[in-house]
Amino acid sequence: MPTDAHGHDPAITRDEVAHLAHLARIDLTEAELDHLAPQLAEILDSIASIREVAADDIPPTSHSVPLTNVFRADEVRPGLSAADALAGAPECEQQRFRVPRILGEEA
Amino acid sequence: MTTTTELMPYDEALARFDPVLGLEVHVELNTVSKMFCGCPTEFGAEPNTQVCPTCLGLPGALPVLNGKAVEAAIRIGLALNCSIAEWCRFARKNYFYPDMPKNFQTSQYDEPIAFDGWTEVTVPNEDGDGEPFRVEIERAHMEEDTGKSLHVGGSTGRIHGADYSLLDYNRAGVPLIEIVTKPVEGAGEKAPEVARAYVAQLRDLLLALGVSDVRMEQGSLRCDVNLSLRPDPSAELGTRSETKNVNSLRSVERAVRYEVTRQAARLSAGDKVVQETRHWHEDTGVTTSGRSKEQAEDYRYFPEPDLVPIAPSREWVEELRGTLPEPPREHRARLQAEWEFSELEMRDVVGAGALSSVEQTVAAGASPQLAKKWWLSELARRANETGVEITALPITPEQVAGVQALVDAGRVNDKLARQVFDGVLAGEGSPEEVVAARGLEVVSDDSALGAAVDRAIEANPDIAAKIRDGKQAAAGALIGAVMKEMRGQADAARVRELILERLS
Ligand SMILES: [Zn+2]
Repeated sequence: MPTDAHGHDPAITRDEVAHLAHLARIDLTEAELDHLAPQLAEILDSIASIREVAADDIPPTSHSVPLTNVFRADEVRPGLSAADALAGAPECEQQRFRVPRILGEEA
Repeated sequence: MTTTTELMPYDEALARFDPVLGLEVHVELNTVSKMFCGCPTEFGAEPNTQVCPTCLGLPGALPVLNGKAVEAAIRIGLALNCSIAEWCRFARKNYFYPDMPKNFQTSQYDEPIAFDGWTEVTVPNEDGDGEPFRVEIERAHMEEDTGKSLHVGGSTGRIHGADYSLLDYNRAGVPLIEIVTKPVEGAGEKAPEVARAYVAQLRDLLLALGVSDVRMEQGSLRCDVNLSLRPDPSAELGTRSETKNVNSLRSVERAVRYEVTRQAARLSAGDKVVQETRHWHEDTGVTTSGRSKEQAEDYRYFPEPDLVPIAPSREWVEELRGTLPEPPREHRARLQAEWEFSELEMRDVVGAGALSSVEQTVAAGASPQLAKKWWLSELARRANETGVEITALPITPEQVAGVQALVDAGRVNDKLARQVFDGVLAGEGSPEEVVAARGLEVVSDDSALGAAVDRAIEANPDIAAKIRDGKQAAAGALIGAVMKEMRGQADAARVRELILERLS
């Protein structure tokens, strides 16, 4: 198991970052992996430190602002044209996003 | 690989097992914009023309909740006698699957906006009367619809064996309400009818609430049927199957019946029922195995950080309660009294899924009996022929009332009215337009009719003599002759008058 600069196990390994990038279809070069993996590990470490502070009497929270009921009116707003929507697609066909076949499942 | 599925006759299955139902209904709301963005929700648009950075899950895009959808969710919850949460959140349901470009579906998890409700449906009993049956509601929660996949290649059109898939995200983000029942116990042999009656009533209720166009064939109301069997009502719940996308009232009933006979055969043979998703095949009326659910999916739900919590004030909830339509059973009872229908007549209308159609036709001016006549004979037959629900026919209740108004005015007779329906259903326009374009109007002009009557009398001297002798019943034959000459477009009542005038 590789260790980080401080000599303890990183919260996320370079291999795990490579695997996640693959799942998310993000192409990372070896150099980018070298650069990003330690950064992600550091972020996870920082977040983990919050756990040490949070005592049992502090309820978990999902939002940092005390707002509720933020609604929009039911109105149509202009969106993207099909051409713009598909511009970033690796492949398209019949004005649709073309994706590799999905294995091991039926729907 | 072909394996024959063993089935046990339904009556035998019921003698040996107690069925327990669970129904999950997804309703697409009829808001003009999506749940979390301003994209339009119109059905049938060109692919990927109703999309934006938010519903495509592009980096940096933020969702904002559609207030109208929240209002609809609360009203649905209240109509189903649910409690409305004082505070609840959305959650991310994470999964890697291309029908959601964000890689998660924004849904509600352990904090549904509505929970613990019930509704009472009417199920026919042996005497032909309607009997109440209470269905408990577990929850109604908000979520968003997914995109549509088209699987290309392979032989079955399903994912399995497909070479690749094509995605259209117009539907991704359309507001959905998922309504889940608690286990429905005690329905016994009536389980298929209870399932159907529940979905039919839910559909009518949603229509009355005005929150969805509830078109099952377009997928704006979709039903998943869960079914399990146990040896007797005191036993623990058995393993259930989950049959997906059962998309007509008739299919809901058939799918329950099929699963009872399939599971009973398995259990009797000493096999286990597998907890799995099954696919419903409308054409053959069977279910086939889909994804096994032995390993529970891990969706890693967590509260959606991009949407703030919803805390409906009690004042707002009460205000919305004031907008609810009459509850379904009261509604049905009131209409039955107003229309002076027998229980059997009412059951025919409800069973055909035509209650709201008949109601709207009456509201548009037709008499209840005539509104029922057109919907249950002429239009039910056509719906059957084309394999769609009655409400999916391309004709409005107003147009049906319009045809009846033409009959009442003596401008068309019943036979011509059928041709008017043909024209309206073929998209030729309003009843008036069809009559004009097809030249269907009856002739009541005395000079044209009189000439035809004279010719009929001349051609049938024997019959004419009988009528002169006072046998008015014989006039039918002469009316027939005139109608034939006028190709059915004569005003029969006026023809009769003219014949009797001449031969008295
Ligand atoms: Zn959008």
